[in-house]
Amino acid sequence: MMWIDISTTLLLAVGSVFFLTGTVGLLRFPDLMTRLHALTKADNVGLAFIVLGLSLQSDNLWQVAKLGFIWALVQLASASVAHLIASTALEQAPEKKER
Amino acid sequence: MALIYLALTTFLLLTLVVNIWRVMRGPTVADSILCAQVFGTTALAILLLLSHYFNNPYLQDVALVFALLSAITAVAFVRRAWAGKTEGIDDVD
Repeated sequence: MMWIDISTTLLLAVGSVFFLTGTVGLLRFPDLMTRLHALTKADNVGLAFIVLGLSLQSDNLWQVAKLGFIWALVQLASASVAHLIASTALEQAPEKKER
Repeated sequence: MALIYLALTTFLLLTLVVNIWRVMRGPTVADSILCAQVFGTTALAILLLLSHYFNNPYLQDVALVFALLSAITAVAFVRRAWAGKTEGIDDVD
């Protein structure tokens, strides 16, 4: 039981480090595309580590399946939203040169 | 374990507070919608942590609804509010 707790703590800590990385990137990166890049790190990897750590603590398989389903949904959504934002920004590129 | 859940929840909330700076400063509207996306994902992580802290599996269903809603919000914003300002975008309706 103790090893499960330790690995959960490690996975959760790594996940929050990725969330912190996403935040720092969002604040520090110079333009929209690089900020999009930083955002996807927090979205995909950070949430993945938190879901992994929490599934170790779950009671039954159904909870684990639901956690995995939430993560897959966020993957799908963030990929499509990132693509949509990037293509719209490229289409509007000439008129928004200022940062 | 309970203490770790609470500490991580507080940490994630603090990163959200820092993100508000980018929402207010964000030079384009797209930066703000990026921040909204981050808010959605972080709220998801916080809800999942709290569902283990309170030992309440229903919060996972709330997280599921949040995941759906934040995606729909971003898509609706890009298609309607942001892209709608120029003529070049193909019309959806």
